[in-house]
Amino acid sequence: MAMLEVKDIYKAYGNVEVLKGVSFTMEKEETKVIIGPSGTGKSTLLRCINQLSLPNKGQVWLDGEEITNPKTNINKIREKIGFVFQDFNLFNHLTALRNVSIGLEKVKRIEKEAAQTRAMQELTRVGLEAQASQYPAQLSGGQKQRVGIARALAMDPDVILFDEPTSALDPELIGDVLDVMKSLAGKVAMLVVTHEMGFARNVADEIIFMEGGVIVEQGPPKEMFTNAKLARTREFLGRIGALYGEEETGG
Amino acid sequence: MATDFGSFFLNSLPNLLNGLGYTLLLTFISIAVGFFLGITLALGRVYGNKIINGFCVGYIELIRGTPLLVQLFIIYFGLPSVGIIFSPLQAALIGLAINSGAYQAEYLRGSIQSVESGQMTAARSLGMNKLQSIRHVILPQALRISIPAWSNEFIYLLQYSSIAYIIQVAELTAEGKFIAAHTFRYLEVFAMIAVIYLVLTIVSTEIIDRIAKHLSIPGIGAAKRVSLRDI
Repeated sequence: MAMLEVKDIYKAYGNVEVLKGVSFTMEKEETKVIIGPSGTGKSTLLRCINQLSLPNKGQVWLDGEEITNPKTNINKIREKIGFVFQDFNLFNHLTALRNVSIGLEKVKRIEKEAAQTRAMQELTRVGLEAQASQYPAQLSGGQKQRVGIARALAMDPDVILFDEPTSALDPELIGDVLDVMKSLAGKVAMLVVTHEMGFARNVADEIIFMEGGVIVEQGPPKEMFTNAKLARTREFLGRIGALYGEEETGG
Repeated sequence: MATDFGSFFLNSLPNLLNGLGYTLLLTFISIAVGFFLGITLALGRVYGNKIINGFCVGYIELIRGTPLLVQLFIIYFGLPSVGIIFSPLQAALIGLAINSGAYQAEYLRGSIQSVESGQMTAARSLGMNKLQSIRHVILPQALRISIPAWSNEFIYLLQYSSIAYIIQVAELTAEGKFIAAHTFRYLEVFAMIAVIYLVLTIVSTEIIDRIAKHLSIPGIGAAKRVSLRDI
């Protein structure tokens, strides 16, 4: 049984159908990257997985539990699904340390000192132990996003969903965030929406190409980059590769 | 003349201090009760379902749409005819509190809505329920944002609590009127009273400013006080 199973998800906003039957599975500690043109429903798909958006149809299963079932305690489930946002969404009124520890304190009900010790470990893991007492407004974009990743990691999630985690960053700050993400590969399952083709090629176990609310093609990076079955996939990868650092995708 | 004013001031002082006590009592109790009322109404407006939201809108519009004086008259002079009798002080406290609650609700609502929506999303993503998200993430930010408006509300209440003299609460303005009526020294008495209100206003504004500075989020800075005219 797959750790995460997404079954035939449909989502519409008014008359606009954003997702038209998306299905895929993820195993423990696997990294999958979702690529595709903007407006294709990639972010909506992530939000449907942790039920920030409720799908109109379809099911999501995590560890054998159907989380789309209205009877499921969604707050309990969300503890197991980390979410890293494009625009960070750090809690503005809390220090970096408290941003990471608050979920442990208030959701997991871990005693404050233990929670902060754990939070400090996660900040160290993303290279920000020196910034623990700083507030989000005092951090650079790259630092904010690494705090965001530490905040997700601290909850010991089964899977972390990354919604274009580097899109809001200055180019020179992207590397630090991608390095942190690379260091997590194989340790925690990651589902990453991104245009960073270098990351997709080097880190992903599988690439999912979405367009028009459906999965067009999916496969291991090597196959997708060198030998995609569909002309549309080849065309998109060629174009996006030219835009977003083809030179990185060589390795 | 100067010594004359001096002795007049000293003679008036006990009465004025007595009145000042009532003014502060009215201000502090009604701002505090109004605050909790305001938070409840604001949360009801932002997060409540249609019925709760409708109730909160109705309350706020009713109170803000009618003069404070009329509300006080209804509570003090009107309700006894249906068997509900309050002392002047009780009536004034109730009137000021429900009035302040409606105003505080409106700018607390504004503050809550000005917290970026991503804050709630991030809190819910961590597994917090709605109430936890509001308590640990939204309100700590919204309340900081609302301090300048709250400072204005405090000054407003401090001064408008004087309206309670009309229903015979012996607050500062009422005491002044009492002294003036017996001595005919209206100018001196009300000048003294004006100075007392002015000092109270300056001191309380300064205190609230310091609280705001103390609570400000590093990197963002304290919210600036806006003038009364901006509200």
